[in-house]
Amino acid sequence: MRSAAHETYDLEHTISAIVNRYGGKAVGLIMALQDVQKHYRYLPVEALKLVAEKMVLPIAQVYAVATFYRAFSLTPKGKHHICVCTGTACHVRQATVIVDDITRNIGIAPGETTPDGEISYETVNCLGACALGPLVTVDDEYHGNMTVMKMAAVLDKLRGKHVSVKETVEETA
Amino acid sequence: MRQGNGGGDSVSPERLTSPEALNHLRERLLKQRDNSRTVINVCSGTGCLACGCSAVTAAFREALAESRLENVVELKTTGCHGFCERGPLVAVYPLGVFYQKVSPSDVKLIVDQTIKGGKLVNKLLYKDPQTKQVIPYEHEIPFYKKQMRLLLGLNMVMDPNSIEDYFILRGYQCMVRALFNMKPEEVVQEVLDSGLRGRGGAGFPTGKKWAACREAKAETKYIICNADEGDPGAFMDRSLLEGNPHSIIEGIVVGGYAVGAHQGFVYVRNEYPLAVKNLTYAIGTAREYGLLGRNILGSGFDFDIEVSRGGGAFVCGEETALIASIEGNIGTPRPRPPYPAEAGLFGLPTLINNVESWASVALIIEKGAKWFSSIGTASSKGTKVFALTGNINNTGLVEVPMGITLREIIYDIGGGCPRGKKFKAVQTGGPSGGTLIVESGEPEIHESLVAHGDIREEEEAISLLDLPVDFDELTKAGSMMGSGGMIVMDQDTCMVDMAKYFFNFLQEESCGKCLPCREGLQIILAVLKRIADGKGETKDLDTLEEVSQVMIDTSLCQLGGTAPNPVLSTLRYFRHEYLAHIQDKRCPAGVCKELVSHAIDETCTGCHVCFEPCPTDAITGKTKELHVIDQAKCIQCGACYQVCRFDSIKRVKRGGGDIVQLRAKEKWQPLKKRTAAVA
Ligand SMILES: Cc1cc2nc3c(=O)[nH]c(=O)nc-3n(C[C@H](O)[C@H](O)[C@H](O)COP(=O)(O)O)c2cc1C
Ligand code: FES
Ligand code: FES
Repeated sequence: MRSAAHETYDLEHTISAIVNRYGGKAVGLIMALQDVQKHYRYLPVEALKLVAEKMVLPIAQVYAVATFYRAFSLTPKGKHHICVCTGTACHVRQATVIVDDITRNIGIAPGETTPDGEISYETVNCLGACALGPLVTVDDEYHGNMTVMKMAAVLDKLRGKHVSVKETVEETA
Repeated sequence: MRQGNGGGDSVSPERLTSPEALNHLRERLLKQRDNSRTVINVCSGTGCLACGCSAVTAAFREALAESRLENVVELKTTGCHGFCERGPLVAVYPLGVFYQKVSPSDVKLIVDQTIKGGKLVNKLLYKDPQTKQVIPYEHEIPFYKKQMRLLLGLNMVMDPNSIEDYFILRGYQCMVRALFNMKPEEVVQEVLDSGLRGRGGAGFPTGKKWAACREAKAETKYIICNADEGDPGAFMDRSLLEGNPHSIIEGIVVGGYAVGAHQGFVYVRNEYPLAVKNLTYAIGTAREYGLLGRNILGSGFDFDIEVSRGGGAFVCGEETALIASIEGNIGTPRPRPPYPAEAGLFGLPTLINNVESWASVALIIEKGAKWFSSIGTASSKGTKVFALTGNINNTGLVEVPMGITLREIIYDIGGGCPRGKKFKAVQTGGPSGGTLIVESGEPEIHESLVAHGDIREEEEAISLLDLPVDFDELTKAGSMMGSGGMIVMDQDTCMVDMAKYFFNFLQEESCGKCLPCREGLQIILAVLKRIADGKGETKDLDTLEEVSQVMIDTSLCQLGGTAPNPVLSTLRYFRHEYLAHIQDKRCPAGVCKELVSHAIDETCTGCHVCFEPCPTDAITGKTKELHVIDQAKCIQCGACYQVCRFDSIKRVKRGGGDIVQLRAKEKWQPLKKRTAAVA
């Protein structure tokens, strides 16, 4: 067991380093919060308070920023991260079919994290690789031209299951 | 030579203190470079990365080492070539061969046959989907042939992480020209004369903005490059930043010199990690060479650039919201005037332009306003990059001179809709531009336009596809240029669903500061949902139009002001589709879930492919016999429709009794044929 004092020290240390990276100025607030989120996989309240203190900003401003931008989360995210693009180009290529399919498959809606803390699932409005739509990223790895069949294989791999991909079915055709 | 991948090895940067020093360096680099050697270019833009190009690059490195060619052949990783659909792309120079969909296992073949033997690898060559002709060379491929790649061109031949590559391609000469041979006023005049209009959406004359900012009285001024690109379906800004960051830097420095600013910010969205990385790296090397920072090239002019990573909110692309966001606040817009050119970042005069605009500036200064204004139409000069996406054969980035017709873009360059489906509409201008251009020769659209008073009954609707692409022509047709997203939709797209989609998007992205936008979006979205669910009433259409008008008239920023476009333009051209949803409880395109059911027809070969994806095991049937969908179990997820390779799964009108055949083939006969059949 690590002591509470230890954790406070770690937090203090991490936040200082991040805030200093941006010269301790408000211009770096969004970037600092992005880095904090990258480190903790969410924005802990303690961290927000520290950022405000070190940047000499009202906590209300830090909190407002942390809740305004969609990419920030005040609750812990999962170890793995699935992200489905529902931008216009992907929507036209039926991204909603994929969204519904994943929801059914892992049992959580976009924006949620599985109860075991393994997988977070969300949708975004364009990842800038629209030519490959519908597009899904899993832990920052891109999967283009997604279909329900391919998605099943990707999810199985994520869960560590090795299921033979449905080639057998294809052959019978 | 520095060899890509961000890792420099040979030339160690020396601080250049004069234009002559830059020229000397360039000459030295040119001498080192042997022009006859073979270069292999592997596209490493985001699109190709997503298709696995890093493995291809690694395979090349290995294969070249194995054949002891690593010192003879240059392997280069470049920015996006634009034809992302076909990635990973590999080009071999000086032959100019274009290989597509290359996998690591093909690499040995390329090295053995093409590099060593000068022969082509047939299976990797581009095959025209329509003519079936094999086209070995890049410049002969129809996708590239009709384009004019002034801004994107260098992406294909340079490593974005090698400033030396850029020097060789006459990089930073435009900056030299501005700093040493022109007065700031002359630079502003040049931009004015070029007729350049901002590429970020509104098409505001760039020179006028510069003149205003130059005249603003203040000690400190700022430059901002808007690289937020929140518009889903558009990725030209990303491609430029990733593939040729130095041209943006150059443009920004010139802008700073022209208006008297010494600090620039590039606001990039955090969802673009590669763009952030390449740009940051480019700024670093430019600084090392003395092309940024104090006393640039000994000119006495100081300028530096910082990268600001955005939070990924659509409204942050709006200039006043973007400024708030850089300052470390939430991204809400404020009323203009005062415009940023007078009071922007930290309340000081700020010149803000889009990425593509900055890249065009570099080009104008290098080649002159006269040259630039000779391209395009009377009111729209130069080229425009479009992101051609959606239901189209050749997806990718397309750079064309203004004045080209949409038909040329969609058919000649884009190759039309895939799988023989019928073209329905193209959406331009982004979600809040949300406007449509259609092939208005269709009978229903014709009727709709007549009913709406847009044309008289006896008038034959001309096809809007033949309009020249130009800021004003598009606006006249009720559409807009926007940032250049061009999303093509085929017969399987439902216009009510599209309108619903855009409103859902905008409702999520509205900052909520002003009431008309906040409430208006919710009201319209609720109505559209009702219509899509088959619960709409005819009077709902009036509500849509009324609320839209209020939003247009009273919203704080252009997000709310242009938000009604998707609903107004779909109502204008596709009123019949709305009416079908409302009166017949039918979705003609077969998209709206509440109104369609899936059924299998007699073309089914009994292949079982649809069994696997069905989440509710609703499909049954023996191998090689007709399958059936149990309607009680089916949840209309569309998974079977997506996998069926024989088009045997039909989307039909919901509700028992007669199954109405709604396949688009019947619905979409051209006007002339229809009347002939009747006669
Ligand atoms: C809701 C909204 C979103 C916008 N998003 C962008 C964007 O993502 N990128 C951009 O360059 N301009 C965007 N703009 C336009 C900017 O406000 C601004 O006009 C532009 O950056 C000016 O550059 P330009 O003159 O070079 O076009 C947006 C405008 C609005 C109203
Ligand atoms: S719309 Fe999906 S990546 Fe752009
Ligand atoms: S990323 Fe390779 S062509 Fe666009």
